[in-house]
Amino acid sequence: MKFVGFMLLVAGWFLVLAAIVLLGSPGARGAFVFAGAGVEALGLSLVFRSHSIPREEDR
Amino acid sequence: MTTPALTEVTTVACLFFIFLTPMAAAGIAFINTGLGRSHSAAHMMMASLAALSIAGLVYFAFGFGWEGFIAGPAHTLTLSGKGWNWIAAEPFFFRKLASDGTPAFLAASLQVFCVGLAAMIPLGSGADRWRLRASGISTAILAGWTYPIFAHWVWGGGWLAQLGANYGLGHGFLDVGGAGTIHVVGGLTALSITWILGPRRGKYSADSMAPAIPGHNAVLILFGCLLALVGWLGFNSAGAILFVGGEPSGSALIALNTILAAAAAALTAAFITKIRFGKPDASLTANGWVGGLVASSATCAFVVPAEAVVIGSIAGAVVTFSIEWLELKLEVDDPGGAVSVHAIGGLWGLLAAGLFARFQGPVWNVADRSAAAAAGDSGQWLAQVIGLATLLGFVLPLTYGLNWLLNLLYPYRVSVEGERQGLDLHELGAGAYPEFVTHTEDFIP
Repeated sequence: MKFVGFMLLVAGWFLVLAAIVLLGSPGARGAFVFAGAGVEALGLSLVFRSHSIPREEDR
Repeated sequence: MTTPALTEVTTVACLFFIFLTPMAAAGIAFINTGLGRSHSAAHMMMASLAALSIAGLVYFAFGFGWEGFIAGPAHTLTLSGKGWNWIAAEPFFFRKLASDGTPAFLAASLQVFCVGLAAMIPLGSGADRWRLRASGISTAILAGWTYPIFAHWVWGGGWLAQLGANYGLGHGFLDVGGAGTIHVVGGLTALSITWILGPRRGKYSADSMAPAIPGHNAVLILFGCLLALVGWLGFNSAGAILFVGGEPSGSALIALNTILAAAAAALTAAFITKIRFGKPDASLTANGWVGGLVASSATCAFVVPAEAVVIGSIAGAVVTFSIEWLELKLEVDDPGGAVSVHAIGGLWGLLAAGLFARFQGPVWNVADRSAAAAAGDSGQWLAQVIGLATLLGFVLPLTYGLNWLLNLLYPYRVSVEGERQGLDLHELGAGAYPEFVTHTEDFIP
């Protein structure tokens, strides 16, 4: 899950870069930048979840 | 192409501000030490000194080579007809950098302190369990690679700064005093370190709420806040002159905005803790203060004082709630509050720059000065969002990946016995407070 989370972070960033390079219209560019940020947020939540401490053992 | 020379008055002013910056490092060192336990206090100070030293030397050796300065030699990619300046091509060891007060030389001198401060931030999150040598190696990676790459994109005329000139996104991604380049980079490294190290022994258990492990010295923490303010005045003012083309006369507004943001943040944190816990909490108030300073680093040159108060207040609230949320809900054991104060505070400051910043004239943050002069203000918020996305989508995976690999080669965490004994005795052979009475729990196996 950790690896997938980091891959989503990077993928979201590439979405943002693609939006800047490929999209000329400000509206579309802004929408896809936020879409990329959303993918990053998903990845970040997965990374946080993957680092949560197991509850079944005494730490 | 080179940047225009600074006037003599501007050069002297810039030098004065650079001389103030070590106070920020001293302040952060005190805060980190005070927030940690007494049996690792000397170790934290030693690690702070080591981080400053290693970061400075590594940055001198090849960090500046990757970061460079506006209009310096750099490698550029061409994408859809636009040049993306992605890494500098300066010689290593400051060779060919004229030491005569040119903007590039002043920037390199400032950056030695900037990268040192960034390297000290993760120490707070790794308190009480991060081996000294491991923290030194991690510092070298941050100073030689992670920091210079992102800082080039923002302060070296790189592609983030070029978003305005290339794509009409305001004046490009703006970060006057290092909210992103120093604090978010340091804070995300701190987050990576907490994940790699794991929590302190006894912090989280299966059947009870995480106990608070309070800092051992509130006086150090709060005094550190006062020192940090002086240093922040230096970073913000020097950064404005060197990285966005500000004038020395603008430093009065920068200083006012910096103190107002810190004050508003601290009082907000104190108020929130008074409401929630019955008494204001000193360490959370201190964290709020620094969070306000961090947020001000992004915005100080481009907002009015009333906006600085708003930005600081929000920073104080965000930092206070995020410390608790990270500790209790997300189980991130961060003794120094580095992730909340520096990463989250910095992200808020950068976003606030997009929402509140107003520009009286051009921002000289790219090599192409005609493009900088022609840049408008609209789209600034999107440029800031792109910068935030870069921090989370590039810097965080990079810093986590590098530290994770290093941990495989040289384990970061001290042994269980070392953590129980305290890092002062275990790694340095001497405690910070030899007159302290040894507690019986130290002898319980």
